[in-house]
Amino acid sequence: MQISKVVEKMQPSGIRAFFDLVLGMKDVISLGVGEPDFVTPWQIREAGIYSLEQGFTSYTSNKGLYKLRLGIHRYLKNKFGLDYCPDEEILITVGVSEGLDLLMRAIINPGDKILVPQPSYVSYGPITELAGGIPVYIDTSKDGFKITPKLLKKYIDKKTKGIVLNYPTNPTGVSYRRKELEEINKVLLSNKVLCISDEVYGDLTYDFGHVAFPTLPKAKNNTVYFNGFSKSYAMTGWRVGFACGPKDIIAAMTKIHQYTIMCVPITSQMAAAEALVSGKKQVEEMKREYKRRREFVISELNSLGLKCQRPQGAFYAFPCVKSTGLSSMEFSRKLLEEEKVAVVPGTAFGSNLEGYIRISYASSLDNLKEALSRIKKFLNKRK
Amino acid sequence: MDEILEILEKDGRASVEDIAKMIRKSPDTVKKTIKKYEKEGAILKYKAVINKDLIKDSESSEVRALIEVNIVPQKDLGFDKIAERIYSFPEVTSCYLISGTYDLLVVVEGKNLHTVSNFVAEKLSCLEHVRGTATHFLLKKYKEDGVILKHKQQNQRIAISY
Repeated sequence: MQISKVVEKMQPSGIRAFFDLVLGMKDVISLGVGEPDFVTPWQIREAGIYSLEQGFTSYTSNKGLYKLRLGIHRYLKNKFGLDYCPDEEILITVGVSEGLDLLMRAIINPGDKILVPQPSYVSYGPITELAGGIPVYIDTSKDGFKITPKLLKKYIDKKTKGIVLNYPTNPTGVSYRRKELEEINKVLLSNKVLCISDEVYGDLTYDFGHVAFPTLPKAKNNTVYFNGFSKSYAMTGWRVGFACGPKDIIAAMTKIHQYTIMCVPITSQMAAAEALVSGKKQVEEMKREYKRRREFVISELNSLGLKCQRPQGAFYAFPCVKSTGLSSMEFSRKLLEEEKVAVVPGTAFGSNLEGYIRISYASSLDNLKEALSRIKKFLNKRK
Repeated sequence: MDEILEILEKDGRASVEDIAKMIRKSPDTVKKTIKKYEKEGAILKYKAVINKDLIKDSESSEVRALIEVNIVPQKDLGFDKIAERIYSFPEVTSCYLISGTYDLLVVVEGKNLHTVSNFVAEKLSCLEHVRGTATHFLLKKYKEDGVILKHKQQNQRIAISY
């Protein structure tokens, strides 16, 4: 069978083989996980179970349960003062992943360019290509892993349709303050470049308040805001996210969503609605726990000589391993084979990220301690 | 609550060095703060939570009863004096003044049914000011001090993901 040329070209390269190696190995301490180690809080799980007992097993409206959209409307209003209409400006999606894919398909015409600052989450480029667009990767490694107005101006041209921002960022944990975002926003507005803002880690911001992009001056009409329940409420497996944006864009996304997905499973939507009602305190508790682990991990990494920028959010650290003389992949593979500790090579998040690894601290303190002492052993052997 | 207390409440064995790293303070400061809490009595003691059901020797088997106690409050002293007389018995592991149809909830532990009922009959119910008692023997422990005692299946996360 002749596979689609676009799909055939999409290559996860050596990373996939490395992932398979990790999955095939026993007793590995994994710092390679991109999801919380907490289980979904009980009352949220209970709401899912109760909805099944009540017989809620049908489709919902394409846009998602009204009560969930209303809950999201209230959450954004209370938290950021943002006013998105639950009828026309909010769409419930299968995680942020589906939302992003819908958006790309909804806005891209052949040849349109989407800017993707790297390091970045792995899906932004491929979904752009699948929609017929051209991803333009921007190397931010010399700017503290942050996109700057200067870099933006260098890459924006007539074909640039949008930019994917993701902050706090997977894999670096970097985030932005309001002033920095305002400068970025100005450049986007004056060049008519849509901001595609993936803020799924927004609730896990530690050093300052998270700034939602659409709260910036005149940004709301030029932004599609994405968030979900996976990271903050530890609900990855439920697959619930949402997109908020201008009516015409949400309507276009809903069109595709109704033909391809129909709606998010009702059980998950019921549970998510409960999360918004009663989960706030637990999000705060988990956040405090991540914050402590962050301090611990950063302090250990730096004392091991693996220089690491201080992450301001999410649950990742992105240390540099160049001092070992090993490449990202060599480091990760040898660490796995010799000490049974799994990390993700930085090159998974952009070809320019040679010499970095991603460490996830969504793992118990005992695990982190053991893993770091193994990394220490690993490094000492190479001195 | 101070973060140090929050950490110790979850893990009484967390070391000063680790706590210092977690909250970005010097080990010295952490050590001093803990000492202060210990001195003030905010931290009373450190102990392990043991699931005695898993310990096979007969020595450690125990019976526990929750006893509702009705008492006549004393003039000027209220419930405190009689409560003190009750909680001073070593058999009493917890003692609470509560609202509702009775006054004190007393938790008593003993080697077997016999020792506990003896304690109730001979020590507790015959105390002056005790009007009556109702003893409930504990049959099974599911959760204690925030810890679920059943050995739970581990959350199965995929070992590596983006």
